[in-house]
Amino acid sequence: MMETIEGTKAVEILLVEDNPADVRLIRETFKDFKIRNNLSVAKDGVEAMAFIKKEGAFFSAPRPDVILMDLNLPKKSGFDVLAEIRQIPELKKIPVVILSTSDSERDILRSYDLHANCFVTKPVGLDEFIKIVMSIENFWLSIVKLPKE
Amino acid sequence: MLNSSSEKFEVLLVEDNPGDVRLIVETFKEGRREYNIAVVKDGEEALLYLEKRGPFAAAKRPDIILLDLKLPRKSGLEVLKEAKSRDDLKAIPIIVLTSSSAEDDMTNAYKNHANCYITKPIDLDKFVVTIQSIEDFWFTIIKKSK
Repeated sequence: MMETIEGTKAVEILLVEDNPADVRLIRETFKDFKIRNNLSVAKDGVEAMAFIKKEGAFFSAPRPDVILMDLNLPKKSGFDVLAEIRQIPELKKIPVVILSTSDSERDILRSYDLHANCFVTKPVGLDEFIKIVMSIENFWLSIVKLPKE
Repeated sequence: MLNSSSEKFEVLLVEDNPGDVRLIVETFKEGRREYNIAVVKDGEEALLYLEKRGPFAAAKRPDIILLDLKLPRKSGLEVLKEAKSRDDLKAIPIIVLTSSSAEDDMTNAYKNHANCYITKPIDLDKFVVTIQSIEDFWFTIIKKSK
């Protein structure tokens, strides 16, 4: 299953998340994964856009191969970030996985309408949360082909 | 939510290769949930199905679409473009499952809002593992819109 990852370049992941506990858990889960990856974190929607567009302090930021994003974010919501990304031709093909505490049909539908690649609800239990993060990394890093630049 | 285990999931498989159809249907049958899998063999049929036209008047809205790219009459890319540009259809996740690993095919699929792009492994066991991963990820982890 490893042939989907070419060469030895690490998979670049951008995590957009303001909850430090969630960041830590996701970071630790990804660190243990069999495929080499590099996880960057943006703590709000404005930072996320600056990172993706390599603006300001993020001028040397790597282009993310996949984005994991919360919806409720300070300064700019996940919906707004998603909508912006999808309007920029060179960014619109980056897969965006929504990882949110929301379970509402409205949020799910709105995310897909804005072309989120998938929508995952954060489970409440810690073990469940880790299991879900492991499923996400396995599916998106070893089963799916990710677009290149 | 669609995650309740009592419900049957509706899958639309758009695939012209009978061997692949058989393998995918059998893998889903052995899966963790119950599925109704509708199979259409070309892109035109796929769109008729989604629009509930012609022989597909009683078709159910799929919870998910597995779409090959190389299809007779109308390509998978055209089906993808059409489905993702329509307000009533664009929220349905579309998984492109193709033998093509061409960079252009992948880029075009993502640009046209494929939810993910998967290359069919040539090895049979790996193919089955890939289908199992799709089933597991999209039907137990992912929230889908109604």
